[in-house]
Amino acid sequence: MTPEEASRPLWQDEFSVHSADERYVTRRQFTKFLVLTSLAMFVGQVWILVKSWFARQPEALPHQVVARKGEIEVGEVKLFTYPTAQDHCIMVRTAPDVYVAYSQKCTHLSCAVYYSKESNRLLCPCHNGFFSVDDGSVLAGPPPRSLPKVLIAVRGDELVATGIREA
Amino acid sequence: MNLRKDRSKLPPQNRGLNAITGAMSLLVVLLIVQMWLLSATLDSYLANRPEAAVPATVISAVAFACCFGLYLFVERIDRQVRGRSSHE
Repeated sequence: MTPEEASRPLWQDEFSVHSADERYVTRRQFTKFLVLTSLAMFVGQVWILVKSWFARQPEALPHQVVARKGEIEVGEVKLFTYPTAQDHCIMVRTAPDVYVAYSQKCTHLSCAVYYSKESNRLLCPCHNGFFSVDDGSVLAGPPPRSLPKVLIAVRGDELVATGIREA
Repeated sequence: MNLRKDRSKLPPQNRGLNAITGAMSLLVVLLIVQMWLLSATLDSYLANRPEAAVPATVISAVAFACCFGLYLFVERIDRQVRGRSSHE
């Protein structure tokens, strides 16, 4: 130990970093953190761009028989899954010859929607979101988008799901 | 009585701190813009309107370039200030 160091008070050894220097370094580190956050935002944007690019490619969905004609009465519903077993859908017979089907997942927070025969609307009970049964558009409540529509084709005696049209 | 301080008479470390504070303020503004852009783009993407993705990505890239430029500026100031401090 040099004589200069020996003559120095003990507290200067304990707190050897000058407070102004300490603050200076911290601000520089924080600046670096801000730049890295900016990079993360940019990467997020690129990710959305890539996702939207791939979403434009037409995706061939399977054709699937979901019900038979006359299986459900007017004003009744049938639940099915399409295109995978995890994608729950709801089909409503609104008139003798009219069948409409939508994804059952609410566009707000993914609760299951059901058909209210009294009001002739699709209802999400979680936050009182209402959708039109005719086109799946939002009538009231917090959902930001319409329900994805399942395209139904009548082939002979069968009702066939042929694809999904997003909102 | 002149209460104004002559900034050139401030110690170099204080001037460096001022430059860093200014750069941080600009960085925060740019970050808020980027956050808003990201949330708006995500919302429009989920609404099946992906047209906003390309211009938003370009603007975000420009904002990030500005942030990186500010960071390089801060590094340069810091190096200069530290160099001067060690000479004094």
